[in-house]
Amino acid sequence: MNVIGLTVRQVRYENKSFWRNPFSAFFTFAFPLMFLVIFNLLFGHDTYRGFGPKVSTSTFYTPAIVAFSVITACYTNIAMTVTIARDHGILKRLRGTPLPTWGYLAGRILHAILIAALLVVIVVAFGRVFYDVDIPTTTLPAFIVSLTVGAATFCALGVAVSGLIPNAEAAPAVVNASILPLLFISDIFIPLENAPKWLVTFSNIFPIKHFAHAILTAFNPFTKGAGFVVTDLVVMAVWCAGGLAMALRFFTWEPRMG
Amino acid sequence: MPETAIQVRGLRKSYGAVSAVAGIDLSVCAGEVFALLGPNGAGKTTTVEILEGHRRRDAGEVVVLDADPELGTRGFRSRIGIVLQSTGLQPYLTVDEVIELFRGYYPNPLPLDEIVSLVGLEEKRHERVLRLSGGQQRRLDVAIGLAGNPELLFLDEPTTGFDPSARHVAWNMIRGLQSLGKTVFLTTHYMDEAQALADRVAIIVDGAIVAEGPPGTLGGRADAATRIRFHLPPGSSRPPIQLTAQTDGSVDIVTPDPTQTLYDLTSWALANGVSLLGLEVSKPSLEDVYLSLTRREIS
Repeated sequence: MNVIGLTVRQVRYENKSFWRNPFSAFFTFAFPLMFLVIFNLLFGHDTYRGFGPKVSTSTFYTPAIVAFSVITACYTNIAMTVTIARDHGILKRLRGTPLPTWGYLAGRILHAILIAALLVVIVVAFGRVFYDVDIPTTTLPAFIVSLTVGAATFCALGVAVSGLIPNAEAAPAVVNASILPLLFISDIFIPLENAPKWLVTFSNIFPIKHFAHAILTAFNPFTKGAGFVVTDLVVMAVWCAGGLAMALRFFTWEPRMG
Repeated sequence: MPETAIQVRGLRKSYGAVSAVAGIDLSVCAGEVFALLGPNGAGKTTTVEILEGHRRRDAGEVVVLDADPELGTRGFRSRIGIVLQSTGLQPYLTVDEVIELFRGYYPNPLPLDEIVSLVGLEEKRHERVLRLSGGQQRRLDVAIGLAGNPELLFLDEPTTGFDPSARHVAWNMIRGLQSLGKTVFLTTHYMDEAQALADRVAIIVDGAIVAEGPPGTLGGRADAATRIRFHLPPGSSRPPIQLTAQTDGSVDIVTPDPTQTLYDLTSWALANGVSLLGLEVSKPSLEDVYLSLTRREIS
């Protein structure tokens, strides 16, 4: 079977499995929207200075939740599902067939990216309708490139971290502990305006802040030019390469013993 | 198809300081049902997973369908079918969908309908995996193992945890595979399963093969001495033959020539008016052989 045919087939089956677990599917979509609504209720009357002229915080939250959606759909989702499939012996069973390793991973990753894309569309539409945010026009290419680089990075990191998680029971704990603290210090849940300098420096090491910043810039109605932030894209690409290397090093088909 | 499906010489595998497989030799012919019989922890699963390509060996020569399973090429994997000891299936897909998914990985799969009827899941085709009973999931496991129309099928403890009737259904299914000309490599810790299904059996204990052969002659069963057992009524005299008293009050005669011995015994009994209570004549069963072999090795 050719590469494209095999990948499309894997994606189709991943997709069937995804939608047939309605609770999981519902919350994948409900979660980011819930955050968007809650943060707007809590901080919506504040103003945000990160965009230059003072704007309503709502304009900050839509792109921030767009970034959050991609992180959930790619990093969290892949880390969890790959660990569970490995722990339940599903991967070991696939290993006994002629399906190549890339075939499984391509299906898994492409499906995550499709879900992420759908989520981004929903969140942006929600922001447009309820919070009156501007949809990027001149910066649209920058928005799409940033999303793509971010999705690739967080997919690679998702596969990589699944290789470090010992078993399915530990997956939610490890995934949340690795991502939640960073979400709070990376301009996703709250704008990091009055934080200590060392914290800002620390958060700059990780890809989340750069991803959020790239998306914010592309979304900012006052951005001049095309909206590409080279530093952010480069930092993400480095993490993407690191994630890939780690994924190749630590990915296994068999449940971990003990 | 090669004459010899599996050829193993001096296979060794250790986990840390624990030796799981301690130098075994095996040979399985094409079209044969071969059973690797042994107690839990004897090294059955380690052996079968090395043959499947799931594990690496420490030493020894392993040839499966003319290939080294350790290389795990797609060509090799498209010619074997694997039914692992524990199940792991996509819970939200239906029976038909799971089989279709796996059929798609192989160059020459069996037709879907044929697979479904071979494993007897016709009634459950549109049921999701998570709604199947344990026995039905196990049959779906076998269905997936068959999906690619393999020349060689590995079954690792296919009926562990089955009730007796489900076991007989599974046995009939495995006999069906044999009639399709497939080579089957089976591991089990049930003696009756090995006896019912296998053309040849090897008994593995503590990582070593302690006996090998057709179930009827295993462990020298064919040439083994026959045992004659009976009770002597109280106060009776004893026959002029070598007897061994048993703890339950019965006596045994072990003889290589049961026809003559029985004639001598019953002539004596009739002449002396002695009735031989509970008279039985038996060969050692596969179970006797298995228990004596495994007991000796474990102690």
